Amino acid sequence: MGLATDHLESAPATIERLTRLWPPPRSILAWLATVDHKKLGKRYIITAFVFFALGGVEAAVMRAQLARPDGQLLSPEAYNQLFTMHGVTMMFLFVQPVLSGFSFYLTPLMIGARELAFPRLNSFSYYVFLLAGLFIYASFLIGTAPNAGWFSYTPLASSRFNSGPNIDFYALGLLFLGISTTAGAINTIVSILKLRAPGMSIDRMPLLLWSSLTMAVSVVFAMPALSAALVFLELERHWHFVFFETRFGGSPLLWQHLFWVFGHPWVYIVFLPATGMLSMVIPTFSRRPIVGHTFVALATMITGLVGFGVWVHHMFATGLPQLSMSFFGAASITISIPSAVQIFAWLATMYYGRVVFKTAMLFAVGFIAQFVIGGISGVMSAAVPFDWQITDTYFIVAHIHYVLAGGTLFGVFAGIYYWYPKMFGRLLDERVGKLSFWLMFIGFNVGFFPMHVSGMLGMTRRVYTYASSPGLNAANLISTMGAYLFAVGIVVTLWNVVRSRIAGEVAGPNPWGAGTLEWLAESPPEDYNFASMPVVSGRDPLWTNAVSPGPAYDEARLTPRTSTLDADLETAVELPHDNYWAVATSVTLLVAFGALLVRWYWVFGLALAATLLGSARWMWPLQSKVAETEV
Amino acid sequence: MTTAELRSDHLLPPAWKPSQEVGWWAMALVCMSEAALFAYFLVGYFYLGVENPAWPPAGIEKPKLELPLIMTALLVSSSIVLIIAEKQREHGKRALYRVGTTLTVLLGFAFLTLQATEYLEKLRSMGPTEHAYASLFYTITGFHGAHVAFGLLLLVYTLLRDAFGRIDPERPIVVKVSSLYWHFVDAVWLVILASLYISPRLT
Repeated sequence: MGLATDHLESAPATIERLTRLWPPPRSILAWLATVDHKKLGKRYIITAFVFFALGGVEAAVMRAQLARPDGQLLSPEAYNQLFTMHGVTMMFLFVQPVLSGFSFYLTPLMIGARELAFPRLNSFSYYVFLLAGLFIYASFLIGTAPNAGWFSYTPLASSRFNSGPNIDFYALGLLFLGISTTAGAINTIVSILKLRAPGMSIDRMPLLLWSSLTMAVSVVFAMPALSAALVFLELERHWHFVFFETRFGGSPLLWQHLFWVFGHPWVYIVFLPATGMLSMVIPTFSRRPIVGHTFVALATMITGLVGFGVWVHHMFATGLPQLSMSFFGAASITISIPSAVQIFAWLATMYYGRVVFKTAMLFAVGFIAQFVIGGISGVMSAAVPFDWQITDTYFIVAHIHYVLAGGTLFGVFAGIYYWYPKMFGRLLDERVGKLSFWLMFIGFNVGFFPMHVSGMLGMTRRVYTYASSPGLNAANLISTMGAYLFAVGIVVTLWNVVRSRIAGEVAGPNPWGAGTLEWLAESPPEDYNFASMPVVSGRDPLWTNAVSPGPAYDEARLTPRTSTLDADLETAVELPHDNYWAVATSVTLLVAFGALLVRWYWVFGLALAATLLGSARWMWPLQSKVAETEV
Repeated sequence: MTTAELRSDHLLPPAWKPSQEVGWWAMALVCMSEAALFAYFLVGYFYLGVENPAWPPAGIEKPKLELPLIMTALLVSSSIVLIIAEKQREHGKRALYRVGTTLTVLLGFAFLTLQATEYLEKLRSMGPTEHAYASLFYTITGFHGAHVAFGLLLLVYTLLRDAFGRIDPERPIVVKVSSLYWHFVDAVWLVILASLYISPRLT
C-alpha cells in the first residue's frame, strides 16, 4: 500500500474486493443484525420520528382539552398520563435518539471512516432504545402510563401516592434506556477521538462533531445521576427502602437534586447537537466557512460544562438558602454568553457570506429567531424573584418549547433537508419544503407565544383544565389553533420525505457544494463509505482542496485508527461483521427489566445470566480470525 | 487472506500501547460513567447526612472497621497480584499469568464472602428499610459488591479466552481492559471505605 496514485490505478479490483467485504443483507434476519452505521442511523431517526408522532398526538389531544375552559374531553388522570408521556416521549424517545441517529449516521462519514468504533454496540444500543421505548409505551395498554410528569417528583411518584405500576414503567424503562444512551455516547466519543481520517487534527474537525462530542461526554457524566435517582426510586417503591421519606431520614429534595443534576445537562444534550447541525448548514448556505470556528467549538464545550452547574434553577421555589439561589441564578445567566457566541458566529457568517435560502437554511434561520426568544425567557427565569412569579406556569412551558421545539426541532428539520440527499440519494422538494417551513414557523409561534401570556396571567402547567376567564380563554384557543397548524406543517415535511424517495431529483454526491467529508462519498454512500480512505490537510477539506485519496484498506473490513489530537495514522482497526448476539442481548435485557416490573425475580436472574453469556459470546473472537495470529 | 498478513509492518506501530486501542478507551469511559454513578450515590449519602441531626442516626451504631479493613487488604493485594501477573504475561510467562489472575479471582471472591458475612451480622441489627441511612448503606455497598462480581466474571472470561488461545499475543487488549476494570472497582472501594466506614469516626 503506498501513494494515493497506486490506489487510483487499481480502483476496479479494490471496489470489487470492498463490495465482497460488505455484502448486502440476504435475509430478514441479516437485515435485523446489520452493524452498518448508516442503516442503524436511519433506523434511529425513523424510530424516533414514530415516537415523535405518538408524542405529537398526545400533545394534540391535550390542546383539544385546553382549547376551551372547563374542558370535558379528558379526565384528570388521563390528562396526567398524557402530559407525562408527552414529556417522556419527546425528551427521551424522540429528541435525543433523533440527534443520536444523525450522529451515528454522519460521524463516520464526516471523519472519513468506514464505521463507528463499535459497530455491534451501535446495533445493541439501537435495539435497546427501541425496546425501552416499547417497554414504556406498553404501560398504555393496561391504562397505567406514567403520570407524575417527566421529572416525576417524589413523594407524588412514591408508592404512597402512586400505588399502581405507572411509575415503575417510568423508572425501569428509563434505566433500560439509559444503557442505550450511555453505550451510544461512548461509541461516539471513541469514534470521534480515535477514527478520524489521517490529518484531521482536532482543530480541523467539523463543528457538528464538537457538539456530538460535548453531548456524549455530558451523557457519560449526567446519565448516572438519573440512574442513581431511578435506582433509589425503584428500591423505595418495590423494596420499601427509604430515600425520599422525611419520616425515616430521607428527603424529597434528594430526588430533585439528582434529577436536575441530570436534567439540566440533558437539556444541553438535546440542544447542542442541533446547534452543531446549524454550524454545518449555515456556512454551506452562506457559501463561506463559519466565522469564529474555534470560538464556536469552545462555546459548545463551555455550554456543556456549565450545564452541570445550573441545576438548582429548577428548584428556586423549594426553599433553598438564599446564597445557593444567587449562585445558581448567576451561573444560569452565564450560560447566555457561550450561547450568544454561537449565535453571533452564525449571524456573522451570514453577514459576510452570500446567503442562499434553501429550505434547510430557512429552518436554520427560524431556529435562531426562536432560540433567541427561548434564550431570553430563560435568562428571565434565571432571575430568582421572576422565577418565583412564573414557576410551574405556562411561561415555563413556552420557554422549554421555544428552546426544544423552536430550537432543536427546527435544527433537526434543517438537518433533514440538508442530509436527506446524502441518505437517500434524492433531494427533497423545495417548494413543499418551504410551505412546510412557513406552516411550522407560523404555527409554532402562534401556538407557543401566547403561553408566555397565559403563564404570566397565572395559568399553571399540568392542570387538566382552567376556569373561564377573559385572558386565558383567548390565549388558549389561539395556542390550540397554532399547535394544529404546526402539526400540519410537520406532516407536510413527512409527506415530502416519503414522496421524494421516488419522485425527488437525483442528488449526486455533493448537491449543496458543501465542504465537509460526508459529501465526498456517494449519495447514498456505498456500504464501505469510501473506496479509498481520505487523508485531510485542512478544515472544510472539499472547499480548500485539502483532501487526497489515501490507501484503500481493502485486505479486510478495515478503517484507519489515528492519534487523539493530531490524527497521525497509528494502525488499522478491523471491523466486525453483522452480528446476532448484540440483538439477542438487547432482548434478554428487555426480559430482565420486564421481570423486575412484575417482580419475577428468578426470571430476572435467568435473563441477566443470559445477557452476560450473550455478551461473552458476542465478544468471543472467532476461530478463523485469531487462530492464525496465535504464533 | 490471513489476519497475520494484515498485521504487516506498515499497519502496526513499533510498540503496542493499550491506551491507543479503541477498546481501552471504551472501558476507560465505562469506568468514568460508573465512577459518576457511585459519586451520585455518595452525594445522596452525604446530602442526607447533612439534613439529618445525626449520621448514622441515633439508634444505629457506627459501622465496625475490622472486617472492612481486612476486605480492603484483600482487594488492594488482588490488584497488586494482577499487575504482577500481567508483567509475567508480557515476559512470555503465560503459566504464571494464569496463576496470578486466578489468585486475583480468589481474593475477589474472598472479599465478596466477607461482605456477605458483614451483611448477615448487620442485618440482625439494621434492616435496609428502617432508615435512609441503612438504605443508602446497603445500596452503595451492594452496588459495589455487584461491580466486584462483574469484575470477577470479566477476569474469568479473560482466563477462558487465554485458555482457549483466543487472545492476540501482540495486542492482548482483553487482558488490559479487564484489569483496568478491576483496578477501577478497587479504587471505588477505597472511596466507599473512606465515606461509609471512616468518615463517621471523624466527627
